[in-house]
Amino acid sequence: MDKTEVTASNGAKVSRRIFMVSSGGAAAVASASLLPVGAAQAAGPAAAGARSMTLAYPKQAVGKAGAMPVNQAVAFNYPDASSLCWAIRMGEPVPGGVGPNKDIVAYSGMCTHMGCPVSYEAGTRTFKCGCHFSIFDPENNGQMVCGQATEDLPQVMLEYDAKTDSVRAVAINGLLYGRQSNVL
Amino acid sequence: MSTNIRDRIALPTKDAQKTNLTCHFCIVGCGYHVYKWDANREGGRAPGDNALGLDFRKQLPPFAVTMTPATTNTITDRAGKRWNIMVLPDKECVVNSGLSSTRGGKMGSYMYSADGIGKERLKNPRVFRASEWLDTNWTEALAIYAGVTKKILDADGPSGVLFDCFDHGGAGGGFENTWGTGKLMFSALKTPMVRIHNRPAYNSECHATREMGIGELNNSYEDAELADCIVATGCNPYETQTNYFLNHWVANLNGGTVDKKKKWFPGETAAAGKVVIVDPRRTATVAICEQLAGKENVLHLDIEPGTDTALFNTLFTYVVDQGWQDKDFIAKFTGGYDDAVKTNRMSLEEGSMITGIPVARIKQAADWAYKTKASGHRPRTMHAYEKGIIWGNDNYVIQSSLVSLVIATQNVGRRGTGVVRMGGHQEGYTRPPYPGDRKIYIDQEVIQGRGLIYTIWGTNPFQTTLNAGQHREVLMKRANIVREAMSKAKGATVAQMVDVIYDACKNKGGMFVVGINLYPTKLSEAAHMMLPAAHPGEMNLTSMNGERRLRLSEKFMDPPGSAKPDCLIAADIANTLKALYAQAGNAEMAARFDGFDWKTEEDAFNDGFRRAGRPGVGPIDSQGGDTGHLATYALLRSAGNNGVQLPIKEVKDGKLIGSAMLYTDGKFDTKDGKAAFKPAPWNGLPKPVANQKAKHKFWINNGRANEVWQTAYHNQYDAALRDRYPMAFLEMNPDDAKAVGANPGDVVEIFNDYGSSYAMVYPSKAIKAGQTFMMFGYFNGIAGNVTTDWVDRNVVPYYKGTWGSIRRVGTVEDYKATVSLKERRFA
Repeated sequence: MDKTEVTASNGAKVSRRIFMVSSGGAAAVASASLLPVGAAQAAGPAAAGARSMTLAYPKQAVGKAGAMPVNQAVAFNYPDASSLCWAIRMGEPVPGGVGPNKDIVAYSGMCTHMGCPVSYEAGTRTFKCGCHFSIFDPENNGQMVCGQATEDLPQVMLEYDAKTDSVRAVAINGLLYGRQSNVL
Repeated sequence: MSTNIRDRIALPTKDAQKTNLTCHFCIVGCGYHVYKWDANREGGRAPGDNALGLDFRKQLPPFAVTMTPATTNTITDRAGKRWNIMVLPDKECVVNSGLSSTRGGKMGSYMYSADGIGKERLKNPRVFRASEWLDTNWTEALAIYAGVTKKILDADGPSGVLFDCFDHGGAGGGFENTWGTGKLMFSALKTPMVRIHNRPAYNSECHATREMGIGELNNSYEDAELADCIVATGCNPYETQTNYFLNHWVANLNGGTVDKKKKWFPGETAAAGKVVIVDPRRTATVAICEQLAGKENVLHLDIEPGTDTALFNTLFTYVVDQGWQDKDFIAKFTGGYDDAVKTNRMSLEEGSMITGIPVARIKQAADWAYKTKASGHRPRTMHAYEKGIIWGNDNYVIQSSLVSLVIATQNVGRRGTGVVRMGGHQEGYTRPPYPGDRKIYIDQEVIQGRGLIYTIWGTNPFQTTLNAGQHREVLMKRANIVREAMSKAKGATVAQMVDVIYDACKNKGGMFVVGINLYPTKLSEAAHMMLPAAHPGEMNLTSMNGERRLRLSEKFMDPPGSAKPDCLIAADIANTLKALYAQAGNAEMAARFDGFDWKTEEDAFNDGFRRAGRPGVGPIDSQGGDTGHLATYALLRSAGNNGVQLPIKEVKDGKLIGSAMLYTDGKFDTKDGKAAFKPAPWNGLPKPVANQKAKHKFWINNGRANEVWQTAYHNQYDAALRDRYPMAFLEMNPDDAKAVGANPGDVVEIFNDYGSSYAMVYPSKAIKAGQTFMMFGYFNGIAGNVTTDWVDRNVVPYYKGTWGSIRRVGTVEDYKATVSLKERRFA
């Protein structure tokens, strides 16, 4: 990696969002087949989005889509044991959602502001951080609703395999709190 | 070069340069450090291999650091060398103790780079010629500017020369720049035709409290930790003074400072702080305070809009009737008590009827804030206020009423008390005295066709003034007269162009409009010339925060292109005029422009802030007072992000020693040194406002939102923020939204007799029926369009006093894809 390319911050969120929306669209077209994240990126209008995750992420099982309760967060660690994440089946299709209903999403469990644990509140369908009161929307790519973070909640990119009904984590979009790189 | 890589960033090398930077934005002025290092290098993950000393080989624990892509950037200096920067909160700064806000946390990415968020910055002077903006150099721009100004001064006098100019600290301000601009406007040009960034005259936002002998910033942030009770009126500190609230109020409300209170005030009853919040709206702050302190320790007095004076007069009367006033203090250190008691008298029943607050809740507020404590001591109650009062129903009367209540209970000059504005920008005022004898409503001068040149300096009245629609309409019309004349002047020399411009202004009703700013802003729709300015980090700049804490933000990079600090632009203008007068053989006028031979911003600081009150120096109004001269750049540099609280007492062992609290000796800023009560009879709504209320269904409350700073001058180029708020939001009760046929996220028109604007509907159950809340000053949806032109006796607007009707416009499909419309309040 070119060291000179990794530091700047600009309007990448737009690209990210387009990517999310486009990957959802690709999922709809791909129907019940395995959604290849890379292919979805390549098919999307924002080629820049394809560059947003370049690290060697592990692929890791999250669970069976059919077994996931609706509107409840399921904990898993990704990309390693020190990073808690939450997967939720929202119950209706959401941007970046996978699974038969395009409604399964997953996010980092660490607030991007100062690393406090965020908790999922089913009533408001948001993640909340009790330290400095940031609120994130899992139905809108982790967008900060209000709060002191400067970054949305990092979204765990998921794949769905219809044959086995299994959901896998394959990458993270957005820098995890307390890391120089998402992959240690 | 930017990239879209979002899952790793480069660490500062161990040898990275580290400098101090006070946050550009809100008044709190959090301390940050800037790390700068060669863009071709990267620090290692081991703690010994990066400048932060942190171990990135493993997951950092919570609270270790706020280090995100938004804190970083890659900049290029004027020699072409590329540097990485990272701007992180300073843990040693007593203001924020390492906390980063959603505004300050983005400073790194808001600094200029050719392809970054700041890429639209003005880089060189521009002139508008024949329908387009063209770059030019400083020599031509200054020759035109000074030529037109001279012609007006000579033929029409200074009353033809208008300014709308910042008077604050932080970005777009600072002691260097208020002095540079002030010396130009007031000493050299001698024009009284000046307004300030957020109001239409040259006035204060705090006339009443100052006349009562109490400056509006009179305590320390630490006092919020020590108060028994905080009475917060018309302020929403979680969103608008974030780290003051999170680092100091929260510590008190959750009981974290009880031991400190016991230590500081032996023998006094001490408990976790209670808070009374006076605001018609349930704010984010109300919700968070309830989470922190429990609902039983938070009293939200959701008064009817504009009834603050009735509430404070009722509390004042009740306190006096209960005998909770401080009789000794009143007798010894104040004047005018009896008159105020008589004039301000209002019964609980009447106060309840006017404010809509039940008697029991008014009594409860008084019990918390003013009733003698179990230990027999008077409570230490801090009164905080901001735009609810400042842009409220007669700023002067509300402040008179509030501060009378405060003086009666001696909640000033004692630790744990204070009656303070919370503040918007940081402060940074040093100027020669204003050369006028009355307050001139400049917007009305513009509307009525007066004035010939209008320099709009670091401000944006198109987004932030009152009655903004009419003001914009007239200014555009007048500016267009000049634009047309200039476009016809093909091949004109500078001298010929000056004549063309002057003729269009003087004889055809035109106005020559010049913007001096970081960005083109909406003003570029009207202006004829724009000059590029610099902000902290691109220049050395001093400001003070809401506890009068003076810090030096150090320069670490060049401004873009040929942009320069405002004080040096002022000097360029003055020196150009001086040369023109010298050429014309007018030595007397040339001498008016003496004293601008500054090479650096430090020269301007030394000329203004450090000469105030010195022997043989003419009068200078300076927040540094007579001891400002003690503050050298060198001492401030070594004082770092903790700086010194003004006024400075002395320099001891090479350190600046300041003042934590004012008026501890009972001597106030009046001629006789006594705090002056001020009668404040309940006033009702001003007639123009009452008329709109009678005609239109919705109260259009307005103010700032957490994530956006001021006019969104940087934020509007930040894609993440634009996704979040593509248009000013309008919080509405869900039933009201339904009643006007608006779905969440729909665009509506807000209109009344004064104007019209658009906003995006953001339904919230926290908003009462018939009330709304609109983002103020936004670039897409301007709340000021529907504000009346009414002002108080000091020409202070009543921005909050806005009523309008609402009609659905339609749906913008893009908004649906990017905007979350979930509740912004934590609970």
